Amino acid sequence: MRDEAVTFLSRSPGQTFRLGEMLGRSAGAGDFLALTGELGGGKTLFTQGLALGLGVPEEEYVTSPTFTILNIHRGRVTLYHYDLFRISGPGETVELGLEEQLFGDGVTVVEWAERLGSDMTGERLEINFEFAGERERTITMRGLGKSGLRLLAEAKDIIGGFRGDT
Amino acid sequence: MIVLGIETSCDDTAAALVEDGTKVLASVVSSQDALHGPFGGVVPELASRRHLDALVPVMNEALKRAGLSLAEVDGLAVTAGPGLIGSLLVGTAFAKGLALATAKPIVPVDHLSAHIHALFLERDPPEFPFVALLVSGGHTDLHLVSSHTKTEIIGRTRDDAAGEAFDKVAKLLDLGYPGGPAIQRLAEKGSREAIPFPRALAKHDSFDFSFSGIKTAVANYLKGYSRDSELSREDVAASFQEAVVDVLTQKGVDAAVRSRVKGIAAVGGVAANLRFRELLEARAQARGLRFYFPSIELCTDNGAMVAAAGYHLLKDNPDGSVLDFDAYSRKKALKEPFPDPRPESSG
Repeated sequence: MRDEAVTFLSRSPGQTFRLGEMLGRSAGAGDFLALTGELGGGKTLFTQGLALGLGVPEEEYVTSPTFTILNIHRGRVTLYHYDLFRISGPGETVELGLEEQLFGDGVTVVEWAERLGSDMTGERLEINFEFAGERERTITMRGLGKSGLRLLAEAKDIIGGFRGDT
Repeated sequence: MIVLGIETSCDDTAAALVEDGTKVLASVVSSQDALHGPFGGVVPELASRRHLDALVPVMNEALKRAGLSLAEVDGLAVTAGPGLIGSLLVGTAFAKGLALATAKPIVPVDHLSAHIHALFLERDPPEFPFVALLVSGGHTDLHLVSSHTKTEIIGRTRDDAAGEAFDKVAKLLDLGYPGGPAIQRLAEKGSREAIPFPRALAKHDSFDFSFSGIKTAVANYLKGYSRDSELSREDVAASFQEAVVDVLTQKGVDAAVRSRVKGIAAVGGVAANLRFRELLEARAQARGLRFYFPSIELCTDNGAMVAAAGYHLLKDNPDGSVLDFDAYSRKKALKEPFPDPRPESSG
């Protein structure tokens, strides 16, 4: 599968949220975003932005799915918001029905996607969040396959628009 | 009326027998009770199959401890949601099957209503209406409770649940899971005032909560971004715990005063936190409010609270057997009434 990557320094939580929101506007059914990185990196914040971009009503709070593992939000397209924090490793994910969700009728976001291990396959945009300061985060995005590369191209445009912005 | 309550919404498999919604005859929780039997005692996270393996032994153990047979049970109550959908499906399918096989009435119970009903298993239950802070690993809501079957959610978390923040900060501090007890222990040796962690939405004109920012603040502090002194993990634990319980108790007491009720209650796993109980008690008393907690063992998930909530639904509908209900993973609307998830036609 063809892949390509880009790294970007988010200067604030607001910028991380806006990256998600603008990506959400162009995301469509079948897109898969695999989020990785430390606690407090901004994965849920990014997903809250994405949900807004996908048209999930603002009064529907996009909360962390750490306990429920999966939260489903209805927007322009359905958002399947997974969180694998409590999953011990690959194998257990089979029980979640994740495979059936991918390439389905909605956009799938998986937090703690590193827990998928070798179960992580298919076209996707991988996004890694790393601390670069109290508010700053280094966000590395890697697009794989057609859908992943399309999302990556969108992300590059969005980042370009952030220049000079805080 | 003796009700068998079954709870499988998360990691614990639980069953209990409760008389008239107030008296616990027996309560068994699989991950906490060292039972002899086909399952080892600890039910690993996420494995719905383990719920299936544990349900029969847990129920039988509860019946044995109560000195009852299944025939002496008057009705069944089972958690329908919110929770892990796979786990809920195992519990509801089991309970429906049992109801059919024994020709006993069954009601689905909302997990949040069940937590609130733990209060009615104590000697001094609250009078309606009251405000309840429901604080656990998966939930952080403020409820205005007006009767056994009517309550309104007046505030909720916008991101992480308070118990989740405890678990994640425990992870940052390399403490074990669950994080609540581990942080409480470490906090005893630290200073509550050492680090001014943020109190998100504290002055916000709503009863909503946010705990994601404090988790990030702890991560930043541990990484040294916002720290100029030597690191004391005890101080981090104590200051973090204080920031969380400060916001919870402040908002809870404010909500009770503004709702013009006489009492404030705290339920759910985080209500087992001793500093939380201490501070809520002090703040409630300062505002002339009565305060209520379930005993520590009834704060975390259990079958007794499910049976207590189910009793009030069964009492209103003694002959009805409601098999036509589904498990649900999460509540949708803010002001959705609960706890009765039964279809209109059957009520």
